[in-house]
Amino acid sequence: MKTVYLDNNATTSVAPEALDAMLPFLRQRYGNPSSMHAFGGLVARDLQRAREQAAALIGADPSEILFTSCGTESDSTAIRSALEVNPGRRHIVTTRVEHPAVLTLCQWLGDHGYKVTELPVDGNGMLDLAEVERAVKADTAIVSVMWANNETGVLFPVERIAEMCRERGILFHTDAVQAVGKIPMDMRRNRIDMLSFSGHKLHAPKGVAVLYVRRGTRFAPFLIGGHQEHGRRAGTENVASIVALGRACELAAQGLEAENTRVRALRDRLEAELLRRIPDARLNGHPRARLPNTTNLSFEFVEGEAILLHLDQAGICASSGSACTSGSLEPSHVLRAMGVPFTFAHGSVRLSLSRYSTDADVDAVLAALPPIIERLRAISPFSRTRMPSAARLAPDPAHKH
Amino acid sequence: MWDYSAKLKDHFFNPRNVGEIPGASGVGEVGSLACGDALTLFIKVDDRGVITEAKFKTFGCGSAIASASALTEMIVGKTVEEAMQITNQDIADFLGGIPREKMHCSVMGREALEAAINNFRGLGAPQARKGEIVCKCFGVTDEEIRRAVRENHLKTVEDVTHYTKAGGGCGQCRDAIARLVDEVIAAERAQAAQAPRRLTTVQKIKKIEDVLEREVRPTLRADGGDIDLVDVDGNRVIVALRGVCSHCPGSGATLSGYVETKLRELVDPDLVLEEAPK
Repeated sequence: MKTVYLDNNATTSVAPEALDAMLPFLRQRYGNPSSMHAFGGLVARDLQRAREQAAALIGADPSEILFTSCGTESDSTAIRSALEVNPGRRHIVTTRVEHPAVLTLCQWLGDHGYKVTELPVDGNGMLDLAEVERAVKADTAIVSVMWANNETGVLFPVERIAEMCRERGILFHTDAVQAVGKIPMDMRRNRIDMLSFSGHKLHAPKGVAVLYVRRGTRFAPFLIGGHQEHGRRAGTENVASIVALGRACELAAQGLEAENTRVRALRDRLEAELLRRIPDARLNGHPRARLPNTTNLSFEFVEGEAILLHLDQAGICASSGSACTSGSLEPSHVLRAMGVPFTFAHGSVRLSLSRYSTDADVDAVLAALPPIIERLRAISPFSRTRMPSAARLAPDPAHKH
Repeated sequence: MWDYSAKLKDHFFNPRNVGEIPGASGVGEVGSLACGDALTLFIKVDDRGVITEAKFKTFGCGSAIASASALTEMIVGKTVEEAMQITNQDIADFLGGIPREKMHCSVMGREALEAAINNFRGLGAPQARKGEIVCKCFGVTDEEIRRAVRENHLKTVEDVTHYTKAGGGCGQCRDAIARLVDEVIAAERAQAAQAPRRLTTVQKIKKIEDVLEREVRPTLRADGGDIDLVDVDGNRVIVALRGVCSHCPGSGATLSGYVETKLRELVDPDLVLEEAPK
């Protein structure tokens, strides 16, 4: 059975070109770029080329690119750096719908002497710029807002928020892990101070990522040790993966138009057909202000993990914001922040495409999913005509998390 | 990805006894949409008290659907009394195990069964939940938490969350859950420590008499013998054998091997049996 992989917001396949680019560095060219001898030293040129490729994708200068080990490291480095260079400021602004790489760190900082404001979102998952303006204070050290939400694909007005922060002398960071390579961006035309993105979300291998730090931004390193990355990130470079990341960035830049035309058309067909064929379904997230590859749909009266198990049986990889798959007992914090009704929140499915997705993949889902939902609804005690009583909808409606 | 057993997957992909029973003898509804799983169980009971048919409808994940399916297979053919003895662990065992984080699915099965049987017995619609709500996110009461801790020998707050969901939401009740766990464990320890000392001397004598009368004498009398209690001194039980037993060469073996074993089993494990001087 062919695997239909529609979970590209979780991770992506390694592009064959990226794999080819990295292999020599795992075989004969294993030298350390810091070495004095040519065998190692020449590898530094390949690192530099990867830095240029990564910079080109986002319109940055190569000197503004730091290579790190993962998106989480990039996020942690950015936020902790901002706090360290602003020792007098104890306030952080972020959103309720951030990835745990930012949200859990901010909550931890909240337990360690910092004040954290988590901004709400509306029913479409959108952020109100006025809310951000109201939240920032004289002692705000950093505002960190994701560029695109990983679960819904909803885009945030980060360039306008960056502008507002710059006027107030506050550092701005964005977790752009889901956005880079999917939508065009040009760091020469915005005021974002720091930006994170990760290799494995854009067809490079896992274990390599980027932190963009705008030239002139005060910065304190997270990993301290050797002189690598100009002393801003110590540790011997993950050369092979960085080279692959560079190549993947180049491919992403070339594929950006296809991503926003062909991939978007596939996603739109998938989404529209599912909503047409399956009753009592809804789209989670703003219909237009979204990444071109992501759709998050909820099916009422059924539970997400059960849907995923059936999809898996049909060879289709997807993910869900249901309680049982989130690793906790509650549905996704993103859907809860959006106020998605409980009758829908547990039955959410995220399908995320890539430039390798095909019409056949979309057809496979269109063939498999409607009967799965129908089958699970036949087992479910709830339906449109048999809604649970108010008491069974929520154990204590007055209780808010 | 959960590591589900082959049997659990089979019950998920091919659930048995899905549906409703019109005019069911008992219906049990537990869980809620808000909590992410809910189960409605229908049972049909014949005039001998045997469950002849069981059907279910479940809103929930893989292990919730499989637990409900398993439960229906487990209870059909059992009497209501036998079905009442089924624990959530029995449901998990039937499925070849359930991931620990998902044990609350088996607890939901047991709760639905109880609710259906209560309904059958005319105890009315699902009874008001016993106890005070501790976990507001999932509406779990202190009594439900105590019961899960006792029946499954839970040790930590995390265990309680896996089995009842309590504490799995906002987390504000975790301290309260920790206190309940400590309370149950402390109570069990105290009970275990007290158990041997629980009998007063008079109670002990009465209980020994009782065991001799019901368990021992009928056997000895069948052989033409008898036994009398002479004295109880602490844990020393002094008896006298009568009739043929009094001069039977096997009497020593009868006393230590049979009578003492019975008394230790039914009265107190520390008892020592002695024969009164002839």
